[in-house]
Amino acid sequence: MKKNTGDFLVSLYTTMYKIRNFEEQAIKLYRDGHIRGYFHPYLGEEAIATGVCAAMDEKDYITSTHRGHGHCLAWGADLKIMFAELLGKENGYCKGLGGSMHIADYTKNNLGANGIVGSGVPIAVGAALGISIRKEKQMVSTFVSDGGSNIGSFLEGLNLAAAWKLPVLFVIENNQYAVSTPIEDSTGETELYKRGIGFGLESVRLDGNDVLEVFEIAKSFVERCKNGEGPFLMECVTFRKGGHHINDPGLYLPKEKVDYYKIHDPLLIGKKHLIELAGLSKDDIVEIEKLVMAEIKAAISFAIKSPEMSEKNFLKFVEEY
Amino acid sequence: MVSNVLIATRELMYREALNEALKEEMARDDKVFIMGEGIAERGGSYKVTVGLLEQFGNKRVFDTPISENGFTGAGVGAALTGMRPVVEILFVDFTMLILDQLVNQAAKFRFMSGNTARVPLVLRTQGGVGNGLASQHSQSLEAIFYHIPGLKLVMPSTPYDAKGLLKAAIRCDDPVIFIEHKLLYMNKGEVPEEEYIIPLGQADIKKEGKDLTIIAWSGMVPKVMEAAEILTKEGINAEVVDPRSLVPLDKITIINSVKKTEHVLIVQEAVRRGGVGSDISSIIQEEAFDYLDSPVKILGGLNTPCPFNLNLEKMVVPQVDDIVRAAKEVVYFE
Repeated sequence: MKKNTGDFLVSLYTTMYKIRNFEEQAIKLYRDGHIRGYFHPYLGEEAIATGVCAAMDEKDYITSTHRGHGHCLAWGADLKIMFAELLGKENGYCKGLGGSMHIADYTKNNLGANGIVGSGVPIAVGAALGISIRKEKQMVSTFVSDGGSNIGSFLEGLNLAAAWKLPVLFVIENNQYAVSTPIEDSTGETELYKRGIGFGLESVRLDGNDVLEVFEIAKSFVERCKNGEGPFLMECVTFRKGGHHINDPGLYLPKEKVDYYKIHDPLLIGKKHLIELAGLSKDDIVEIEKLVMAEIKAAISFAIKSPEMSEKNFLKFVEEY
Repeated sequence: MVSNVLIATRELMYREALNEALKEEMARDDKVFIMGEGIAERGGSYKVTVGLLEQFGNKRVFDTPISENGFTGAGVGAALTGMRPVVEILFVDFTMLILDQLVNQAAKFRFMSGNTARVPLVLRTQGGVGNGLASQHSQSLEAIFYHIPGLKLVMPSTPYDAKGLLKAAIRCDDPVIFIEHKLLYMNKGEVPEEEYIIPLGQADIKKEGKDLTIIAWSGMVPKVMEAAEILTKEGINAEVVDPRSLVPLDKITIINSVKKTEHVLIVQEAVRRGGVGSDISSIIQEEAFDYLDSPVKILGGLNTPCPFNLNLEKMVVPQVDDIVRAAKEVVYFE
């Protein structure tokens, strides 16, 4: 574990805590009428984006999903600009034209969330194709859900990446539900890493709620991608803490699973790592959390005060369409 | 037009002109690469990509699996990250498999990102009736792309236009749907020796006239030119306007021609219902109503899938005598 120093574990926990509280605060803003439209929380899946992105370099690329806030933040998105976008403000990542499902930062190689399930996968394959043509030492991670793993875009993307030996890491976030349909009702083979094997990819299944486990495996695959050994697939088993979106209470989620994942929570596991592996005290952790919360509060106040795009600017913007 | 310009030209086929455009752009910019089904060693079903593999190697010229949605998406991803892919889809009919990547992805990124993303993707394909290719390989589907903000749409009718417009499409920073016509590949025309580019959004007056404006694009243009010759003999001097690119559309050239001739016939190979012709007609009526001497007429294909039988196939798309007849109806409207 090369990067497994105290500071590194702190940074992993900080990112997960940031994602968790970004979401929870954003949900409050939604309830208060500051945010409209669709909002798919990443609550409960924080360890996956955090572990995978920590294993990558800033020159690499990611594609995200409709449940994408966590990927953006783990990739290093600025909280202020994130909140501004969710609130539809002109200084948001997409000037308020994209919103929750379309946050992207092309200047920093975040190829964006995607409102169409699975459609980011071929795009990730294309980014890797460009890398391969340019002969660069970069790679691409593409996040997709268990639901997304049933769509043609995902399967075609897997096949293309395998046929062309591209530097892609397929990250299946198996949260066990596609909207409200349990995985057992969606497919005849619920161990999704086997799809990768079927296309000739080295593929593994792991605990997606343990950020260190995610990081370790991702790190090895990321490096091997850059050595021309890709593509790879990792199936991260996790659980969505709640419904499909903010207005879905998720009443269909079985109580025993909900209870299990309350304890097997990525943040609780991360905290355990901090105490057991990095020797932090509970007070140390509270200090870390306070700093993040202060940053979040400041970002919210920035976003609320920010202006929206004027009608005049919008019409100018769309002139050539 | 080329003919009145004092530069050296030679005669090329439409497919050869396209091939030259690809070669020149690939030589100019190493970010340009091409992929599609059977385009590398085989050189493409219509021989447009012949010789490219030998010249540019298999990193920039390669075959794809039969996986249209996947490799079009890969084109989108490559374009988003600085490459300039030219993706070939064998038949426009197969673009129905890739609508998500074109409509929901490529067309939207620049907008949704607040103008930071660019998708310089060229999607080359070919459409129109062939000779007995039946319902799934004979369609004219430009209206679907015309309808989507964020896509450019080009449909050249001559070798000269094909080359100049393909070069412009490759240099364009937005996704361009470039629809060739399967019956035009062997058509010959003058193409300059020296390099040239035709900017998107410039219509071409293929024949000047004063009595009637006939607007047509792609495979309908040669038929309209033939009809125009017959009409000349019968005393009707038609002006033929080829928009060449439907998005952006050169409204100015169209409206100026309408103001001059006061009569309009729009000829489209696509089925009559919901076609681009209907939109051009509405633009003319909004912007030049007072100049019109008779209603704008649209001669389109029958509202039906294309039959296999050759005689019946001829019935479903406008033929030269249909065009002549329709033109007379417009000019002699009572």
